[in-house]
Amino acid sequence: MKEFDYRRALDVSGALALLDADPDARFLGGGTNLVDLMKAGVERPARLVDVRELPLAGVESTADGGLRIGATATNSDLAAHPDVRRRYPALAQAVLAGASGQLRNMATVGGNLLQRTRCGYFADVTKPCNKRVPGSGCPAVGGEHRNHAVLGASEHCVAVHPSDMGVALTAFDAVVSYETADGPGELPIADLYLPVGDTPHRETALPPGALITGVTLPPAPTAANSRYRKVRERASYAFAIGSIAAALDVRDGVVRDARLAFGAVASRPWRARAAERVLTGAPADAGTFAAAADAELAAAKPLPHNGYKVTLMRNLVVAVLTELAEEATR
Amino acid sequence: MAPAPTSTYSAITLHINGEKHTLSVDHRTTLLDALRERLDLTGTKKGCDQGQCGACTVLLDGRRAVSCLQLAVAAEGREITTVEGLAEDGRLHPVQQAFLDLDGYQCGYCTPGQICSAIAVIEEHAAGWPSAVTEDVRPEAGPPPLTDDEIRERMSGNLCRCGAYVSIVQAVSRAAATTPADRAGTGTTTRAHGADTDSTDPHGTEAAA
Amino acid sequence: MTTTTTGGATFKGAVGSAHTRVEGRDKVTGAARYAGEIPFARLAHGWFVLSTVARGRVRSVEDGPVLGMPGVVAVLHHANAPRVDTDYVGLLGTAPDPTAAVFQHDRVPHAGWPVALVVADTSEQAREAAEALVVHYEQEPHDVTFAAEHPDAYPLDSHGPAVAEKGDLESELAASAVVVDAEYTTPEEHHNPMEPHAATARWDGGRLEVVDSNQGTMWVAGELANLFSLDPASVRVRSEHVGGGFGSKGVRAHQVAAVMAATVLRRPVRVVMTRRQMFSLAGYRSPTRQRLRLGADAGGRLRALEHRSLSLTSTVHEFIETAAGPARTMYDADAHHTANRVVRLDVPTPTWMRAPGEAPGSFALESAFDELAERCGLDPIELRARNEPALGPVSGLPFSGRNLLACFREGARRFGWADRDPRPGVRRDGRWLLGTGTAAASFPAGAAPSTAAVTAEADGTFTVRINAADIGTGARTALTLVAADALETAPERVRVRIGDSDFGPAFIAGGSMGTRSWAWAVTAAAEELLERLTPGAAIPPEGITVRSDTTEAVGALARKERHSFGAQFAEVAVDPATGEVRVRRMLGIFAAGRIVNPLTARGQFVGGMTWGISMALHEEAVRDHATGGHYGADLAGYHVAAHADVPSVEADWIEDPDPDDPVGIKGIGEIGIVGAAAAIANAVWHATGVRHRHLPIRPDRVLTAGAPSA
Repeated sequence: MKEFDYRRALDVSGALALLDADPDARFLGGGTNLVDLMKAGVERPARLVDVRELPLAGVESTADGGLRIGATATNSDLAAHPDVRRRYPALAQAVLAGASGQLRNMATVGGNLLQRTRCGYFADVTKPCNKRVPGSGCPAVGGEHRNHAVLGASEHCVAVHPSDMGVALTAFDAVVSYETADGPGELPIADLYLPVGDTPHRETALPPGALITGVTLPPAPTAANSRYRKVRERASYAFAIGSIAAALDVRDGVVRDARLAFGAVASRPWRARAAERVLTGAPADAGTFAAAADAELAAAKPLPHNGYKVTLMRNLVVAVLTELAEEATR
Repeated sequence: MAPAPTSTYSAITLHINGEKHTLSVDHRTTLLDALRERLDLTGTKKGCDQGQCGACTVLLDGRRAVSCLQLAVAAEGREITTVEGLAEDGRLHPVQQAFLDLDGYQCGYCTPGQICSAIAVIEEHAAGWPSAVTEDVRPEAGPPPLTDDEIRERMSGNLCRCGAYVSIVQAVSRAAATTPADRAGTGTTTRAHGADTDSTDPHGTEAAA
Repeated sequence: MTTTTTGGATFKGAVGSAHTRVEGRDKVTGAARYAGEIPFARLAHGWFVLSTVARGRVRSVEDGPVLGMPGVVAVLHHANAPRVDTDYVGLLGTAPDPTAAVFQHDRVPHAGWPVALVVADTSEQAREAAEALVVHYEQEPHDVTFAAEHPDAYPLDSHGPAVAEKGDLESELAASAVVVDAEYTTPEEHHNPMEPHAATARWDGGRLEVVDSNQGTMWVAGELANLFSLDPASVRVRSEHVGGGFGSKGVRAHQVAAVMAATVLRRPVRVVMTRRQMFSLAGYRSPTRQRLRLGADAGGRLRALEHRSLSLTSTVHEFIETAAGPARTMYDADAHHTANRVVRLDVPTPTWMRAPGEAPGSFALESAFDELAERCGLDPIELRARNEPALGPVSGLPFSGRNLLACFREGARRFGWADRDPRPGVRRDGRWLLGTGTAAASFPAGAAPSTAAVTAEADGTFTVRINAADIGTGARTALTLVAADALETAPERVRVRIGDSDFGPAFIAGGSMGTRSWAWAVTAAAEELLERLTPGAAIPPEGITVRSDTTEAVGALARKERHSFGAQFAEVAVDPATGEVRVRRMLGIFAAGRIVNPLTARGQFVGGMTWGISMALHEEAVRDHATGGHYGADLAGYHVAAHADVPSVEADWIEDPDPDDPVGIKGIGEIGIVGAAAAIANAVWHATGVRHRHLPIRPDRVLTAGAPSA
């Protein structure tokens, strides 16, 4: 880890000024990912601007019945919040499925969205990686890729986004707010993450020097009947090999509204819109759920050792939607 | 506003176990290394230095955190409690006593982290926080009972390679049963929710539920 | 518990009753200091630089720029490091692993080979300088592929012969009514003790002093004396508290590098491995490929048993994982062939890891027995009962005790085995398929020569000095109880000091032999001391000390098949939709000698069984074939079981004192893992109807193994 300057910001404008859109400077939130990457030599900032004490830690209901989540709210506070648990239970479940109690106490909402992939090649500076060193190659494609992407990847990078929280936020159409020295801006979460293409090192559409200030969830009555299921290689404290955030509104045996997002299958939380289209207006039964999964997974391009993810996601869609349909009609 | 000249060291004051420690730290120094290398508080252990084992768990403003990913300079102004600050007047914290009585360890290296984590688990549960194995997370469902499965999930951020999990869970369970819910910590050291008193306050949640 | 009458007072034995650890308070308050935690004035910090190529030569180490970095005081590498002598045979009867003899030449035999040590005033400075150090290599093509039939594989003897054969295998197989022929594999596994390897070296008045974390200070001191051509008396190694070892904490690169740096710099130097570095510097369990062929008559009696195991080692040192060994103890057959072979690849040298040989070997053997039981239509326990040997199947020697069937009987009763429906894939609990499985366990019971000193102090207490190591086993407490009984006093009056090479020779914490070997020496010294003490006579201020040496007594043990035995039971749940496998409960019943301290002994057995869960479902180091190094070499990439993976795990034991041991001990540190993975894999079959012959049983493997019958 190289030496660096450290500054603590007390307000948003001060944070932006201290960062000064310097490409060698980084905002420090909980540090659970950035500090680890600095130790690994993946990140070598010259300056850290500590934003943990910015007054952005609140979680509040909006006038229209949505939710506004401050960027420095910890993952723990988000998961414990009664409005989150009541109105967006899949979001609380997703956050609780991530990391450990210690890490959730430290990690912030803004940092969670911007965390980097846990691809073992990315984290190891002795190995090539297009995301870390553009043009150096992607050894995962021909090497270890059991937990790599089956959707939306390219030959240049098959890494997956590790967030659980982001999967639920994606299912619920979250909008990410940010500030820059030139003023505020907003991005729907679906547009926050850039396609991989041949530029896997460019991960988000945020302008240079931007600070995420919060996430807004629009009102979503369907979200009250939602669930997050995560599959991993041990029962806890592990990243997903496949996860799903799902919400279902069923009336008279027919799906009125469905929200579906996948985790650990793509470079970003994956909104399953093709599946949602199949679901909406169709009978809420296993046949529909399987057809919806197949519609989404038709685009999957598995590598030699991660084809199981297609089976896994199909089974998860059917299992979780079946559970939600039962609860909706109970 | 132009940034001030670059510096890579800072003079800071850390509040640890009720005492103030003033020192100059390299910004690279983690709280874990500051405790172990600078302040001779070696009870907090370095198992992986990557946030992947939990051996370095301490309480920050009453909440558990891994000190290996916490920069020391960024910990200024926060109340830090380490395993050395848990016993009062030579009397072990109920969680420490339960680990000792029920053999909730073997080599002992993950133990301080397990104990700090367990103290926080009992507080988080008392505050009504759900976990990943809580069947129904909605506040209307009420707080889940602190079953062995709940303890296991909540303690999963603390690895024990000796495989003492079974007796650790017994120790946490016993300590939880004998610790007043409103005072899981030692009072002087642990607060479940830092300085925030807004609606994210877990005690507020419990009161509302 | 025993009651002895001495001089009219009733003495109540401590051995056999539960005692909390004597160092327990230190461990729960953080007061116990481990190797990297002893402060030294003027301490410097060393940080390893490891090779990024898997085979080749170091062309140059560009140390100039790094020496100019803040705080850097030295860069040691092959061109400037002190020379060491590796031409000797160490305590365990082998030449030193050249991996530990760092910086002696420019050859790079594997990825992660130590090429330099950067020493600086602070650890932050050392790390940054180590990361900045540029090393140029001449890279050569490497071979890290562990293939089933590698042309260069060869048989290698270790504590037993590589190959043991009797009978005509092919004709017995041809004559068998039922045959099982299957290949099983286990992956590369790493010890990953929670405490990383750490050593501080310094010269103090002409003596080399090393504060270390190891499984035997005498072992490490002896190796360092040999390596640095020092008088053994001038080397002192201390290791008071050890944060886990499991076989990995012997002589390693960190101690040698620390001694080199302390010698060059004339100041104390500490070297701590990072978790990532441990994956190439601390040893590991070789992956295995095992072929089992079992032939039985219609009644399940074995006519043929073949167990062939292939493991790997480095190009610089021989080590073999003797997975075909357990069959030589467990089961007899008219034709009985076992063979351990090894192949040299461009990888680090593997080493002993908890139950070496038995852990992977029992997975294959006990899984194959379950398959044989299925094909014979026999209960798996009944199949084992029908194949109980009267004598050692290969040695022909009598067993010192073999209570395997008693373990199965007690385990079956407590686990509820009698109610088991043998059909696979027919039990459901919601989304989970349920199944149960069992397996047998064995591990050698041995003793090795040790010395001890016991002192009667003037204040009426006793001090035991023995160079034992407590790596979490509870040895310190067990020896306290053993000494108290031998001295006919209360444990509170006995102080046991361990982990100091100045205490004289004693065996290491290894081979499940530590506590037995040490207890023997402590008992001998204590009993002699008790005889010397005159009731009522004053004890001089310096106390009265008696020393023991068990070399002769241990050497006089008659040759027998000496083992602990056990029966493992597991219940699992498998979600066929996601491939998740969860262990719901485990029970292990062991016949493992006299149990000194039930509280800590239970921890040893349960800890071993927990390792079995971890081995069955989680553990696997992945090698990247392109670079020859690891992929995901950390605790997020290499999963060990977490709290949530470990349900109710019960262990208990039956009466089984060793008649030839003064205390009756056999050893309990390793048998808990033996057979545990097989019991779980057998339960997965019972749940799903699908056999899993490759560990770990990951979700993707369950999903791709085909849809089980529901």
